Amino acid sequence: MRRLILPLFLLLLALLPVVLPGSAEFYVTLLNYIGLYALVALGLVLLTGVGGLTSFGQAAFVGVGAYTTAWLTTAFGWSPWVTLIVALAATTAVALFLGFITLRMGGHYLPLGTIAWGISLYFLFGNIESFGGHTGLGGIPPVMFLGMELKSGREFYYLIWIALMLAVVVTQNLLDSRDGRAIRALKGGVVMAEAMGVNTAWYKIVIFTIAAQFACVSGWLYAHLQRFVNPTPFSLTQGIEYLFMAVIGGVGHVWGALLGAGLITILKQWLQDLLPKLLGQSGNFEVIVFGLVMIFVLHRARDGLWPVILNRIERLWPALAANAGGSVPQAELLQKRDMPQGGDTILEVRQVTKRFGGLTANNAVSFTVQAGEVMALIGPNGAGKSTMFNCVSGVNPPTEGEVRFLNQRIDALTSREIARRGMSRTFQHVRLLPTMTVLDNVAIGAHLRGSKTFVHSSIRLDREEERRLRFEAARQIERTGLAEHMFDAAGSLPLGKQRIVEIARALAADPCLLLLDEPAAGLRYLEKQALAELLRKLRGEGMGILLVEHDMDFVMGLADRIVVMEFGEKLAEGLPKQIQEDPKVLQAYLGGVD
Amino acid sequence: MDFQIALLLGQDGLTNGAIYALLALALVLVFAVTRVIFIPQGEFVAYGALTLAALQAGKVPATLWLVLALGAAVTAIDSAQALRHGATRRLPRIIAVNLVAPLLLWLLLTSVDLVGLPLIGQIALALAIVVPLGPMLYRLAYQPIAEASVLMLLIVSVAVHVVLIGLGLLFFGAEGTRTPAFTEGTLDLGATTLQYQTLWILASSAVLIVALYAFFGRTIYGKALRATALNRTGARLMGISTTMAGKLSFTLAALIGAFSGILISPVTTLYYDSGFLIGLKGFVGAIIGGLVSYPVAAAGALLVGFLESYSSFYASAYKEVIVFTLIIPVLLWRSLTSHHSEEEE
Amino acid sequence: MSDKPILLEAKDLCVSYGKVEALHKVSLRIREGEIVTVIGPNGAGKTTLLSCLMGLLPGKGDVSYVGQALGNDFEVEERVGLGLTLVPEKRELFADMSVEDNLLLGAFDRYRRGQKDYAKTMEEVYGIFPRLKERAAQMAGTLSGGERQMLAMGRALMAKPKLLMLDEPSLGLAPLIIREIFRTVARLREMGVSVLLVEQNARAALQVADYGYVLETGEVSLEGPSKELANDPRVIEAYLGLGGKH
Repeated sequence: MRRLILPLFLLLLALLPVVLPGSAEFYVTLLNYIGLYALVALGLVLLTGVGGLTSFGQAAFVGVGAYTTAWLTTAFGWSPWVTLIVALAATTAVALFLGFITLRMGGHYLPLGTIAWGISLYFLFGNIESFGGHTGLGGIPPVMFLGMELKSGREFYYLIWIALMLAVVVTQNLLDSRDGRAIRALKGGVVMAEAMGVNTAWYKIVIFTIAAQFACVSGWLYAHLQRFVNPTPFSLTQGIEYLFMAVIGGVGHVWGALLGAGLITILKQWLQDLLPKLLGQSGNFEVIVFGLVMIFVLHRARDGLWPVILNRIERLWPALAANAGGSVPQAELLQKRDMPQGGDTILEVRQVTKRFGGLTANNAVSFTVQAGEVMALIGPNGAGKSTMFNCVSGVNPPTEGEVRFLNQRIDALTSREIARRGMSRTFQHVRLLPTMTVLDNVAIGAHLRGSKTFVHSSIRLDREEERRLRFEAARQIERTGLAEHMFDAAGSLPLGKQRIVEIARALAADPCLLLLDEPAAGLRYLEKQALAELLRKLRGEGMGILLVEHDMDFVMGLADRIVVMEFGEKLAEGLPKQIQEDPKVLQAYLGGVD
Repeated sequence: MDFQIALLLGQDGLTNGAIYALLALALVLVFAVTRVIFIPQGEFVAYGALTLAALQAGKVPATLWLVLALGAAVTAIDSAQALRHGATRRLPRIIAVNLVAPLLLWLLLTSVDLVGLPLIGQIALALAIVVPLGPMLYRLAYQPIAEASVLMLLIVSVAVHVVLIGLGLLFFGAEGTRTPAFTEGTLDLGATTLQYQTLWILASSAVLIVALYAFFGRTIYGKALRATALNRTGARLMGISTTMAGKLSFTLAALIGAFSGILISPVTTLYYDSGFLIGLKGFVGAIIGGLVSYPVAAAGALLVGFLESYSSFYASAYKEVIVFTLIIPVLLWRSLTSHHSEEEE
Repeated sequence: MSDKPILLEAKDLCVSYGKVEALHKVSLRIREGEIVTVIGPNGAGKTTLLSCLMGLLPGKGDVSYVGQALGNDFEVEERVGLGLTLVPEKRELFADMSVEDNLLLGAFDRYRRGQKDYAKTMEEVYGIFPRLKERAAQMAGTLSGGERQMLAMGRALMAKPKLLMLDEPSLGLAPLIIREIFRTVARLREMGVSVLLVEQNARAALQVADYGYVLETGEVSLEGPSKELANDPRVIEAYLGLGGKH
């Protein structure tokens, strides 16, 4: 049933210009505009809804596309299909430049930057003489397609909507892939993603550029539809409206872009007729309504209207609901890395000191971890254990001292580089992407074991690899005992199980050293036993495990060696038995004032 | 460019820069306290100036209707909330501040001879109309999502901006206005002449900046605002309500915005949408200060003023392009010197 | 001891983060002038308990304070006005403000309600923590760990609370400083301030407190007068997992 909706929708789209009577030219025009706007809004879905980056400046990219083709076709007589390539190249250059500057910044600098360049480019368009200044450029040739001149709105309709549908498909393919998972991690999961080897800065640039290219294509189409351009449609106001479309429609959903573009465009038409009559003045009063709707949506339905509507429909016709769950088909196993010899020292921490301002969180701590052993790091709250974890894994590098992993210095490397070398970790404060399934979360762990790029995934050349990655993730989930939760949203699991998901994710990276930060916290007795069993098995396979844990039963029963920390310093080191009898340790744990 | 023109442009730059500096300070204040990037700051500039112009024309400014409407909305929402919590003791204050006060203002406006009023009285009335819009907007648009991300608050800001622009056109029409100078005439300085209004702008800006400095440095409410900016949880635990701090910072921002508009409307023709670009130039200054440092923001805003004024001489058509492109090297510099962590989002 | 009036009482308090319950049916009682401690391992829900009592987190169950029911609609700010203060685990100082300004803001709520005698209160606080007076003009962010804890406590005392809640005051401090902090806690009782002390440092906490609760995985597993708890083998076991050794 659900599978029929899309073909039906496409059929309806294809037939519309044919069935609409000649007198309904207005509706064709309206649909053309909806398509053009939706293309831009779709880029914002990728950028803002999925990637968590916001731009008010998309209209400027539309302008780059429109002006490039307008100028090159009128002044030099180039073919529109050539100028499309040039426009995309120009947009990419501008996007890379702006992205390089602004994407490294905290969340709000990018949108502010986009406001600034939105204004700059707008004034630039209006002041360049060869662009016709504020009057604009006319006489743009029509697009030729298979020897046919696309002159009428109805002909052009197909070009717009085919472009839009292609963009929808590309976006959906992209999101449903290894890269898609990495992109979705940009929103609130950068530290985690980097620790799993994801180059987040690169992915930010990628989605920013793709969004800009969608806008550019929209501009190119616009120029050849109108056959005339002037700066007005590329102003900041229009850029703001694009964002409104995406947010009101549902910025996290591909179809939300279409819904938003449709709603705003129709509402705008209607209000532009109604309001001036109502108010007895002429002017763009529809923005008042848009702004109010926008505020209302952000207060009451932050995810936009698409999910709200979807929810309603699924409640009315449960047959249409997407069935959660499914199964992961078997696939060829991924290549495994060579494990070091049991007993070899794989991690060596030498005199590591970490200071935060005046606070010394770790002071000259040294220890080692060998392949095939469980080393536990224990100590009271605030002793600096998690800080040590961050030093070792590159999340927060040490101030002084040396960390060696597999006989190479790693204390100056990024967490991404360290992950690549075979170290994987979990976090004390669980870092999962709560709305994504357990399977997808775990698959992020296997990121570095795939190599297909976004170009492959957008045209589905990544399927074989993707099957292998998903199968690997499913294997780790089963191994950690979470098979029944494979398709649940990670955030819906109890905290204890979320920690296990973190372990499965770390295992999906095929590490030779596993860093576990309080893995047993929040688990019930039997679950703890199962976890201990799993860790013993991993140890047997030659993995080194470094563990921070507060549950002493768990630690004492599992660890081969223990390091006790207090006030950022190493208090004791030894076998579990020695530690349990150490008077200094007893004192540290039970405390005392005398 | 000869010396005389350079001097004249410098004067222009200084005047504009002083206004941008005021706005930049307000933006930094609002952002630090509430994490709201206050895009509608500029609309207060236009509203302030155009409200004063309406009063001087003897009309009841349409902004008053907005105050009445927003006041009624705040009253409705706050009363409903108070009743739900059984806190009827809060009702009289809610009604007095949001409903009775605007009504009294209306009564006052209709009963005095607006045109015959001395300038200072007209200015006071204009401020009394426009400034309450600040805390009311905070209550209606921002407070319900005060804990949302900076990004979400920014999108709300843009939405509020768009609404205020639309309303501005409705209230004041598309024509621009100028108001008479506080003191007419010019001062002859030999090499150049100085309008008295320029002096007013510079002096008022300086006084306002000093007053703000004293407010933050010496008064317990000013310190409470700073405390909220530094550590919201810590401030709440001291009984400093985030809502109170938010409303107070929005009141100050509205006051600064509206008064800036009143200061410059004798030297620049202001339209309903002029505020936006003016506010954004304050923004460029604020961003130079990283949205945290008041002195750097003020200095940055002055720089914007000079840049604008000299670039209008060399490439007048590209004035805006140059000013807004300035932000790019600034952002580059910021991005290379600041290390940001995602945790804040 | 048990004849003193009850200051704060929680009955069957539950707090959840989404679907995960962090506190389950916790009941506790603090009488006027008493020091009550809640001890327990990391992650037991101690901080959650204090956050809920202070109004930072909503909870289910009954909380009454001096006989008045404190529902979830009682904002943090209102609770401060009623005489409840919290010194949080992270201290939450105003790092870029001077020690004196930090203290001053501790009296903000009283100032707002017309009690402008903060200068006198500040002298009292300086009497308790002379070190703060020496550092009065210094920025809070430049203080040492022990001084920060003193400032956090001093700032809370500026509100003249009836109940002072301390979250892990010994966290990350050297033994000498911990001793000083706990001595101060003991003095507060003499000044008529009740204290709810949450600690990992069980032995120190039980030494200073009148009554204690042991919180484990969100539930109260043991309670009793501190002297009894201090000698209870189950307490020691809960801390070190050394069952059988004692």
